[in-house]
Amino acid sequence: MSHTIADKAPAAVPATRRLSQRRMPRWAPAAIAAAAILLGIGIGLAAGLESRIQWGMIALLLFVAGTYAVTTAVEGRRQAKDRVVTSIVWACFIVAIVPLYSLIATTISKGLKVLNGDFLSHSMGGVITIQPGGGIYHAIIGTIEQVGIATLIATPIGLLTAVYLVEYGKGKLAKAVTFFVDVMTGIPSIVAGLFILTVWVLMLGNGPSGFAGSMALTILMLPVVVRSTEEMLKLVPNELREASLALGVPKWRTILKVVLPTAIGGITTGVMLAVARITGETAPIMLLVFGSQIINNNPFEGGQSSLSYYVFEQFQNGNDASYDRAWAAALVLIAFVMILNVVARGIARWKAPKTGR
Amino acid sequence: MAKRIDVSGLSAYYSNHKAIDDISMTVEPRSVTAFIGPSGCGKSTFLRTLNRMHEVTPGGRVEGKVMLDDENLYASGVDPVAVRRTVGMVFQRPNPFPTMSIFDNVAAGLKLNGMRRKSELENVVEKSLKGANLWNEVKDRLNKPGSGLSGGQQQRLCIARAIAVEPQVLLMDEPCSALDPISTLAIEDLIGELKARFTIVIVTHNMQQAARVSDRTAFFNLSAIGQPGKLIELDDTERIFSNPSVQATEDYISGRFG
Repeated sequence: MSHTIADKAPAAVPATRRLSQRRMPRWAPAAIAAAAILLGIGIGLAAGLESRIQWGMIALLLFVAGTYAVTTAVEGRRQAKDRVVTSIVWACFIVAIVPLYSLIATTISKGLKVLNGDFLSHSMGGVITIQPGGGIYHAIIGTIEQVGIATLIATPIGLLTAVYLVEYGKGKLAKAVTFFVDVMTGIPSIVAGLFILTVWVLMLGNGPSGFAGSMALTILMLPVVVRSTEEMLKLVPNELREASLALGVPKWRTILKVVLPTAIGGITTGVMLAVARITGETAPIMLLVFGSQIINNNPFEGGQSSLSYYVFEQFQNGNDASYDRAWAAALVLIAFVMILNVVARGIARWKAPKTGR
Repeated sequence: MAKRIDVSGLSAYYSNHKAIDDISMTVEPRSVTAFIGPSGCGKSTFLRTLNRMHEVTPGGRVEGKVMLDDENLYASGVDPVAVRRTVGMVFQRPNPFPTMSIFDNVAAGLKLNGMRRKSELENVVEKSLKGANLWNEVKDRLNKPGSGLSGGQQQRLCIARAIAVEPQVLLMDEPCSALDPISTLAIEDLIGELKARFTIVIVTHNMQQAARVSDRTAFFNLSAIGQPGKLIELDDTERIFSNPSVQATEDYISGRFG
């Protein structure tokens, strides 16, 4: 964005072509943006458009068009294109960030109403749905147990599958495994739930339990773990494997002590992201865990609740007290997933190979 | 403890592509043998067949015999892991393990093979680092990551790591090609010292280096692109560089070669 270097001027072009040219002041983009927003509001009011989104869209278009017009007049066409692309990137960024901001703002403002220590430490046992009060303790227990069991099952299997694919797999079997992992990635959660329902509940005759839900969550989690671990293992330089092999270290020990530790940061992040993904699953929980109003600490017997299921259930109740509880539970769910992500990033940074400088 | 290497009729393949053809040579114990030749002539491939690292590459396979004293490395029932403990290797680019400290890097070969006694590990690490002329530079920061060292130090760290497992042969694949002249000199001095204990085989593109460090020099060449590489000549270094018996060798070392 500094000085324009003119193309090599052909002889015919007069020598007036200079390397420096007029530039817009630094506050110009902000001024154009402010003018576009004001104009957008003005047009919106004048035309009687009700939706603020329409106002915003008009402002965005005006911003891009205004940038182009002003820059062409002051700096020339090439600079104008540069500025237009920059402003489009900014506009897209804002379009992407607005819903996210609005979602989080809504959840926080509505969720904080009933969120307090009692809410976190009590279940819905004995609470009539139209009354305020009650809490999500049973749902938190359910989510932690179901997701925890699913993670315990899916992580070793996924990790070993990825190790097989990267370090040992070749030929038809590896291709088949890769193909089925890809297929698994596309399984809708309700289908995973139906599968476990058919096999575990209907065929084997088990009742609903947290564990049944965990199995469905495992199916959903597995491909994510395999995929992310596979990518991370591929990033480990081959030279490290060879260095280890050349020291007379057996292959399995090389994988265990050199390859996996080098990739552990990325693997942890991948597992955490997979955990975050399954934490919000509702469909398999509805089918397999059945929900519960009271605290059930045993994931292997009887219905349990879970945070996402609790939100759904409270909305279904359809009264103000329930709505408040649903929003508060949604806020806890978002916070839960966010904390997991932050922890994952922390672990990734902590475990990443150190440069030592 | 250094061993003689006796190669006869060795060919190496990548899938169906023959990379080196019918090589026979003898490497004397406690000597330095340098391999020179144009890129792609199979020097590194041949080096990697000497500790069965060639077969780590997908599709890599070998025909022929490599005798280490009286044992054929490619006889059935030979464990490649045991071979690699006997024949150590240093690579072109320094490759310390990024997750490990300097101490752990040097101890890696022993630790990963199940050695636990701390006092013994400390002895071996100190001995190996001294052997690699690195001890004075790193003795105060053994717990820092190995990747924080300079390129030349990292390469000496890799040599220390290789000699820590007490191999009998040390293979070096262009160990100085990523290093500056000062670090190169340090490594060359080190090779001169290690010669007393190990049989050393070094691949290099630097002919002055070959002349400086080696007792014997082997010249590899390939007749055309896509053809397998061949051993043209193996002789005392002095003879190779003053009065080689094959014209191609003279052309190559005098720079008259394509």
